[in-house]
Amino acid sequence: MTDPATLLAAAGDGAPTVGPLRAGLVVLLVAIGSFFLLVGTVGLLRLPNVYNRLHATSKATTLGAASVFLAGFVFFGPGGAGLTCLLGIAFLFLTAPTGGHVISRAAHRMGIDFHGSASWPLGAKETDGEDSADD
Amino acid sequence: MTETPEFLALAVQVGLALTSALTLLAGYRVIRGPTTPDRVIGLDTIATNVVAIAVLFALATEQGLFVTVSLVLAIIGFISTIAVARYVTEGDLIEP
Repeated sequence: MTDPATLLAAAGDGAPTVGPLRAGLVVLLVAIGSFFLLVGTVGLLRLPNVYNRLHATSKATTLGAASVFLAGFVFFGPGGAGLTCLLGIAFLFLTAPTGGHVISRAAHRMGIDFHGSASWPLGAKETDGEDSADD
Repeated sequence: MTETPEFLALAVQVGLALTSALTLLAGYRVIRGPTTPDRVIGLDTIATNVVAIAVLFALATEQGLFVTVSLVLAIIGFISTIAVARYVTEGDLIEP
């Protein structure tokens, strides 16, 4: 019969053979992802307020991790682990904005002010969180 | 069976080192952060960075299994962020 290594490769979980073009694409995507993770972490360390830090990390870090996931998809091919990479991208794009929204609402309900002279836009109603009546 | 080019392995190793250093630096915000939401943001960033580290580790070891590990880590990071943010505001996680 066939040996286990062939079966594993057919199942898509084994190591594929990578040509130079695919390897170059993987290197490019890994570089882009590392750059965005770097930008997100620098923003987390340098920006002055909770909301500014959230603004930096929740977008840049998501893009960086999604780019690294895409590199995994290119490396492992469209089956098995590659499909898991695409699922990871979809999950990350769903959950990261949700988490950022929940953190910013928690910060607002704790009474943390905006940085500097930033304020609500004209005409916006200033509330203590949208559903403060249910607790 | 596998002839991975040399520069690919080198690039993945460099990315692993850089992302690990960034995760350590994000710990500064977790320790020093003036308010509690700052610490939550730092932990969220660490969770996302660890997801990227798991995918890079899958690329480095050429084992597709670790991509599944990264997915599980993403789920745990999301649930812990929601739980901590709810605990900060409500003071309780599970109410009757």
